[in-house]
Amino acid sequence: MSSNLYKVGESNVSKTWLLMSGFALIIVLIGWFFSLYYDSLTIIYVFFLFALLMNVFSFWFSDKIVLKLTGAKKVDKEEYYGLYTLVENLCITAGLPMPKIYVIDESAPNAFATGRDPRHAIVAATTGLIDIMSDSELEAVMAHEMGHVQNYDIRISMITFGLVSAIGFLTDIVLRMMFYGGDRDKDNNSPWMMFIGLIVLILAPIIAVIVQMAVSRQREYLADATSAMTTRNPEAMVSALQKLKTSGRPMKRQNGATAHLYISNPLKAGFLGKMFSTHPPIEDRIARLRDNANKF
Amino acid sequence: MGITTIILIIVVLVALMVAGFYNKFVKLSTRAKEAWSDIDVQLKRRYDLIPNLIETVKGYAAHESATFQKVTEARTAAMGAQSVEEQADAENMLSGALKSLFAVSESYPDLKANENFLELQRELTDTENKIQASRRFYNTNVRDLNIAVESFPSNIIANIFKFTKKDFFEFEEAAAREPVKVKF
Repeated sequence: MSSNLYKVGESNVSKTWLLMSGFALIIVLIGWFFSLYYDSLTIIYVFFLFALLMNVFSFWFSDKIVLKLTGAKKVDKEEYYGLYTLVENLCITAGLPMPKIYVIDESAPNAFATGRDPRHAIVAATTGLIDIMSDSELEAVMAHEMGHVQNYDIRISMITFGLVSAIGFLTDIVLRMMFYGGDRDKDNNSPWMMFIGLIVLILAPIIAVIVQMAVSRQREYLADATSAMTTRNPEAMVSALQKLKTSGRPMKRQNGATAHLYISNPLKAGFLGKMFSTHPPIEDRIARLRDNANKF
Repeated sequence: MGITTIILIIVVLVALMVAGFYNKFVKLSTRAKEAWSDIDVQLKRRYDLIPNLIETVKGYAAHESATFQKVTEARTAAMGAQSVEEQADAENMLSGALKSLFAVSESYPDLKANENFLELQRELTDTENKIQASRRFYNTNVRDLNIAVESFPSNIIANIFKFTKKDFFEFEEAAAREPVKVKF
């Protein structure tokens, strides 16, 4: 129901704030431990500033980094008339502004959406996707991506992307300094504090990644549903997913940090890959679409 | 807590609720109006394309004047339509007339090879898809408004402030009417 989708968008906006403050808190916690260890309060201020800057930075620039990492190129209406008009129509149906359209020269079929809000949205498709999908399947896939835009998933996933990388980077620095740092006076630190601090350092990146995965998986189901809702054609989404399953393969330019953005997982699947996947299994997505098919 | 305090609290709560519902109706009917103007934009684009199309086809098939006449009349009728229902009927007529125009042009190979004609055909198809898309958006918004106008307790506020249900724009989808040859 579209009225519910409006609500999803609104609730995602408030979730963004929760997410950003959550990540800021983790960063400040790391800083707090660090300042205890070195017995200096300046460090926590530096970390606090870093957390703030990181949030602002990922809010404004993550989309540009994503485009660089994936090697996507902006296209216009003349070059990709079919794709462009199809997205135009989806935008009219959903009442969204027209996003910028990018194409990735890549034979593995895939697509993603990014940007901080619907006015600054970007949707990208690989040439492989455009080649193998029929018109209605391509429409379903692009409607899935526009669903991410409409539900503000793009903002959430973009910010998670920026902050997960930041936390990984920070804990890495702190751990290295602890192990290789010079000698200092440790008498005023209780061993308990040290122990808790160490656990925070180890857990922080793991928690960050788990949050990223969980957020991403839920969003995929929702975007599938939005796609079926906009196109009034859940079967097109189902057959697109089946095609992605059979002809889906790892992409040339793999990058864990951008994996959660795509419609189908671009990484090679290993055992751990499956456990910590950013995407629910395609079978589950198809099953949920079929379950809900009579509701559209 | 005195009785006056309780009454005061109730009054404030009711006032807040009325204001909330009122704002909801303002939002919903504005959305529906906006959606209608989106449809209007696309319909106008179609009206603008038609004279060009007729001119182009005339150059190759001058004696099909009956078909041109039908398209022109349907266009004029559609442009003058007042209510949503009238508009829908007129647009259906126009779509039908355009379909017969394209059917006629099938028998003129020179026309079918004409760049201008192909471009116009592409533009028209695109516009028709966009009319369908904006129609869906409009109907979604109208549905939300109508649900709010009819359900309790928002229907009370709708009655007081005269927010009424709007008509759906029922426009037969080309695919539902008759089998269409698909060209890629």
